[in-house]
Amino acid sequence: MGWKWDKNKCLRCGGCVAVCPTQALELTENGIEWDESRCIHCGICEEFCPVKAIKVKKEKKEDKK
Amino acid sequence: MRDVIVVGAGPGGTAAAKYLASKGYDVVIYEKRQEIGAPKRCGEGISFGGLERLGLELPKNCVRQVINSALVYAPDNSHVEVSYGKDYGYVVERKMFDKWLAEEAVRKGAKVKAKTYIKEVLKEDGKVVGVRGEHLGEEFEEKCKVLIAADGIESKISRMAGLNTTANPMLVDSGFQYEMTGIKISDPKKIHLYFGNDIAPRGYIWIFPKGEDVANVGIGIVGKSQKSAKEYLSEFVEKTEGLKDGSILEVNSGGIPIGGLMNKMTLDNFLAIGDAAHQVNPINGGGMYEAQFAARIAADVIDEGIQKGDTSEKQLDKYNKKWWEERGNKLKKVEKIREVSEKLSDEDFNFLAKELKGDNLIDFSRGQGLKGLGKILIKKPHLAKYVKGLHLEF
Repeated sequence: MGWKWDKNKCLRCGGCVAVCPTQALELTENGIEWDESRCIHCGICEEFCPVKAIKVKKEKKEDKK
Repeated sequence: MRDVIVVGAGPGGTAAAKYLASKGYDVVIYEKRQEIGAPKRCGEGISFGGLERLGLELPKNCVRQVINSALVYAPDNSHVEVSYGKDYGYVVERKMFDKWLAEEAVRKGAKVKAKTYIKEVLKEDGKVVGVRGEHLGEEFEEKCKVLIAADGIESKISRMAGLNTTANPMLVDSGFQYEMTGIKISDPKKIHLYFGNDIAPRGYIWIFPKGEDVANVGIGIVGKSQKSAKEYLSEFVEKTEGLKDGSILEVNSGGIPIGGLMNKMTLDNFLAIGDAAHQVNPINGGGMYEAQFAARIAADVIDEGIQKGDTSEKQLDKYNKKWWEERGNKLKKVEKIREVSEKLSDEDFNFLAKELKGDNLIDFSRGQGLKGLGKILIKKPHLAKYVKGLHLEF
């Protein structure tokens, strides 16, 4: 699981922050900051991003034990 | 101690500050960006009627283009011309317009401070009492009687204050826009709107001219689309004569609230206006007028509250009530029309383009003429079911 942000594509518009249902994202001076503890990997930010600057990695099928 | 702190120097925040300062209150606007008005977040159109109702007379340097009609295209390229019969509105230059609005607020006695980042909303006994922020490396704390969140759709301030403004992702369009030049605009007085599920799923593409060879060319679509907003817009630009060889002056993106009007936009000593409170026209996404309209109501209610020494949620609830009475209920009707339009196939759009007149579309954007739309929809069996969604009584 993970969350990837492409700082070169990102326009810092904050749209992802607005649609995040768990308030796991924040637009700061450094760009978009991700709070892993809040993220539920729903992928809404990725779907929303107008420029495809976000990739959300969902849980793999086989969990490592 | 300030009377009022406003966070966000867009049209809503500066209007609220202006109205409050005119009433003699000590009010300051904090803007996190280093420049007011940039980056812009919209097509920059505003109607004369809106400006008049807001009592605004724009200086020349804010105006780029006068508009007198809109061409609305169906997927088969047939179109409906929405002609107002006279000059109807402006495409403004937001960089100038927003700064001018801020200047006007300051002329009435407000203070403005750009590049001021609000880090925390201060609370006592669970109630908002001020903010902690940073201006160019200098930290500060400031108390206030009322805090206004006018910080746009992500409204971080509302969240910190304790008001949940998280938008339903289905009610926020993914927006992307180029300001282009080196393009050919046949009649700069006309704006162009293109509908179709292949070009802009559940949304549309717009061209707002800023002269004969300059325009805002943008798109707003539902986030859950096959491709990104940027990809849809690039495809459109590539295949459109007059645009494809153009140059890009500016790239903008953002979330455009298209609904999710909020019943409760207040807390004790706190209220939200503009995009932060999802106050936009759900059909055209226009928010500049809505934000400033709400700002006036907010200022009146805060004025009354401070005079009575009561800025509790109960007192500020008058803002919720007044706004819904004067604006919300109307916008709710507009939202119903948008809900229907989102379900339409390309064939349906083609059909409607033949049935509808320009005046119908003007009515729809004002939340009027729902009956007329209902009458057209019932002509086609598969469209008739949407009539119910308009909540009409025949």
